[in-house]
Amino acid sequence: MTVEHHLRQNTLGAKMRRVGSLVRKETRQIIRDPSSIALGIVLPVLLILLFGYGLSLDVTNVPVAVVVEDPSPAATELAASFQLSPYFDVRLMTSMPQAQQLMLTRKVDGVIRIRPDFGRQLSLGDAEVQLLVHGVDANHARIIQTYAQGALGQWMAKQTAQGQGVLSGPVIVQNRLWFNEANESRYFLVPGLIVLIMTLIGAFLTSLVVAREWERGTMEALFVTPVRPDEILLGKTLPYFALGMIGLTLCLLAAKFLFQVPFRGSVAVLTGASMLYLLVALAIGLWISSAVKSQFVASQIALLVTFLPAVMLSGFLFDLHSMPAMVRLVTYALPARYYVTLLQTIFLAGDIWAVILPNIGMLAAMAAVLLFLTRKSMQKKLA
Amino acid sequence: MLDAIFRILALTRKELLAILKDPRSRFSLFIPPILQCLIYGYVATYDLTDVPYAALDQDRSAASSKLLSGLDGSGIFRRVADLNRAADIKTMINERRALLVIQIDQDFERRLASGMQANVQVIADGRNSNTAGTAMGYVSAIVETFNAGWRAEHGQGRVPIRLTTRAWYNPNLETRWHMIPALIGTLTLLQTLLLTALSVAREREQGTFDQLLVTPFRPVEIMAGKAMPSMLVGIMQATLVLLVAQLWFRIPFAGSFFTLYAGLTVFLLAAVGIGLLLSSVAATMQQAMLFSFMLIMPFSLLSGLTTPISSMPELLQYLTLINPLRYAIDMAHRVYLEGVGLRLLFSELWPLAIIAAVTLSGASWMFRHRLA
Repeated sequence: MTVEHHLRQNTLGAKMRRVGSLVRKETRQIIRDPSSIALGIVLPVLLILLFGYGLSLDVTNVPVAVVVEDPSPAATELAASFQLSPYFDVRLMTSMPQAQQLMLTRKVDGVIRIRPDFGRQLSLGDAEVQLLVHGVDANHARIIQTYAQGALGQWMAKQTAQGQGVLSGPVIVQNRLWFNEANESRYFLVPGLIVLIMTLIGAFLTSLVVAREWERGTMEALFVTPVRPDEILLGKTLPYFALGMIGLTLCLLAAKFLFQVPFRGSVAVLTGASMLYLLVALAIGLWISSAVKSQFVASQIALLVTFLPAVMLSGFLFDLHSMPAMVRLVTYALPARYYVTLLQTIFLAGDIWAVILPNIGMLAAMAAVLLFLTRKSMQKKLA
Repeated sequence: MLDAIFRILALTRKELLAILKDPRSRFSLFIPPILQCLIYGYVATYDLTDVPYAALDQDRSAASSKLLSGLDGSGIFRRVADLNRAADIKTMINERRALLVIQIDQDFERRLASGMQANVQVIADGRNSNTAGTAMGYVSAIVETFNAGWRAEHGQGRVPIRLTTRAWYNPNLETRWHMIPALIGTLTLLQTLLLTALSVAREREQGTFDQLLVTPFRPVEIMAGKAMPSMLVGIMQATLVLLVAQLWFRIPFAGSFFTLYAGLTVFLLAAVGIGLLLSSVAATMQQAMLFSFMLIMPFSLLSGLTTPISSMPELLQYLTLINPLRYAIDMAHRVYLEGVGLRLLFSELWPLAIIAAVTLSGASWMFRHRLA
């Protein structure tokens, strides 16, 4: 190899050309393989629609049986206040065994029982309303309990107002929910979804594709070409980076126009944060695949260290405040945690720099470390 | 006939060897389920354990500090700041330093003493509205306790009406009791589907499927030989989850093991059927993996595990009727927590049997006409 030749290889133009052809090859591979398109475009759209329209943690129309065993006017009025509640879909009945049968077959999720001596006990100042809940879905059961308490409270307040001697209070709690006045779980599920999609494309898909090159030996074939390791890295990263950004754009458009999720921050900050997170995810994906070099194992590890934490440990679905202290400590090591915080803040609260700066800083540091590690594992050498 | 059984057994043995001989694939079959069990057991809950809050107590009276000490003493609420100005509420919430701010007005004690109602304002960070709702519920419960105490002390009598709750099947309403038995279905579906789809796709990608076709095996026998090992691995994984549930989390098992495994077998037939159908569409391992992942996502989202089916729009509720995972999770709950027998399980078993019949016969048609 002459010196001249060597120099020519190192010019910027030659570098760009090499990266360009790698990117072209990778892009064609994505477009021509239905499964990549499916994961990169179809799955995000499917998830957006499912999360936007279908999945909701807000419980309405819970089927319950209200058993009125007492014919007194107070009992009838109380039963009516359960019927008026928008949260319950009430079936009125008078026999407890019938209600229990409905519960056994899961036709109702709860039974509210107003006992035969309700009216008399109430006048004595010591009445009891029984609630039986189907406890298998504990969260659902607890929500039903809260709603029942609420319906009872409303009835008491009405009695107080009518001077019936039933007193509520004296301290009344007034709740105000900032950033999400309507209390729609969609408002935090749809932004949180972005983290899942970016993780899937960045880490899962990339680890699979690069591991395949190792498994099939085409990576070795690449090594004998004049392409440099960092050019391979760039050529692999750019197309999936673009795919991830397409996913982000789809999510943003859907959130804004389809689901009317409020967006109070700035698009620029969101894009910056998302690019950083995508880099982190890509680096993890590349690193895993060049470490294990097998499609099955790489995808399993990618799911375990990126996707599962993004669903379970990021605060997207299960709040960080509900985790045991030990687990909460682990979440500090997970990039998804910082990204979810950023997404929820930028969407619902706005550009609050006291939240944005530390979280973006963590993501940037992680990106730098992981890209360095990936670059080191991408040496042109055979195992 | 006997020959056919021997051939299927030979293929099953070969498949099991292929799955279990590689230490990395052994690892990825058994360690992730255990890890996921532990993560779900400890993390998957909507109950809060640590809520940072700030107090804006403008009354600074005995009554207001008694109310706040009720929060501090709950073991859940942690006071991170005492605010002096209403303007500070915004920074506390915005910067995520507190999940909620409790605001008590100046005339709090005076109003109470004169027999009037007094307000307490709770301002919560709604970025995760579910968490905020739960935390506000906790505050209400603590205020109720305060109210009862106040009434007793000031001779206003007890609250004349109260709600007593009893929960069936899960007396302490622990989310873990809901999550872990459900994993018996979720985790086994993921692995069985993936294993089945991959084992065929691997042979197709490496060209050994053609070799299999020139042997005396009939296509249906190949299919059975591919299905058996995945089902065995599925049963092993379900057992693993069951062991973690009982030995580690100590969730009491109310039903019979025979019923559970009988139901599980029907479910695994359905899962393997879907996997085989998938593998006849996927030409490469990558496609098999991505397609099965794309199926798993909607299956698990529409299973009712994380969000209740009754809260979904009607159209999606109908869609869940063809989701095998929905029935598997229901079945696991009913046997594990409710202790029902096979007779009562019928409503879950027949849809699973139909799904299994449809997918398996579809797959065998594909094996005979598309692959062979």
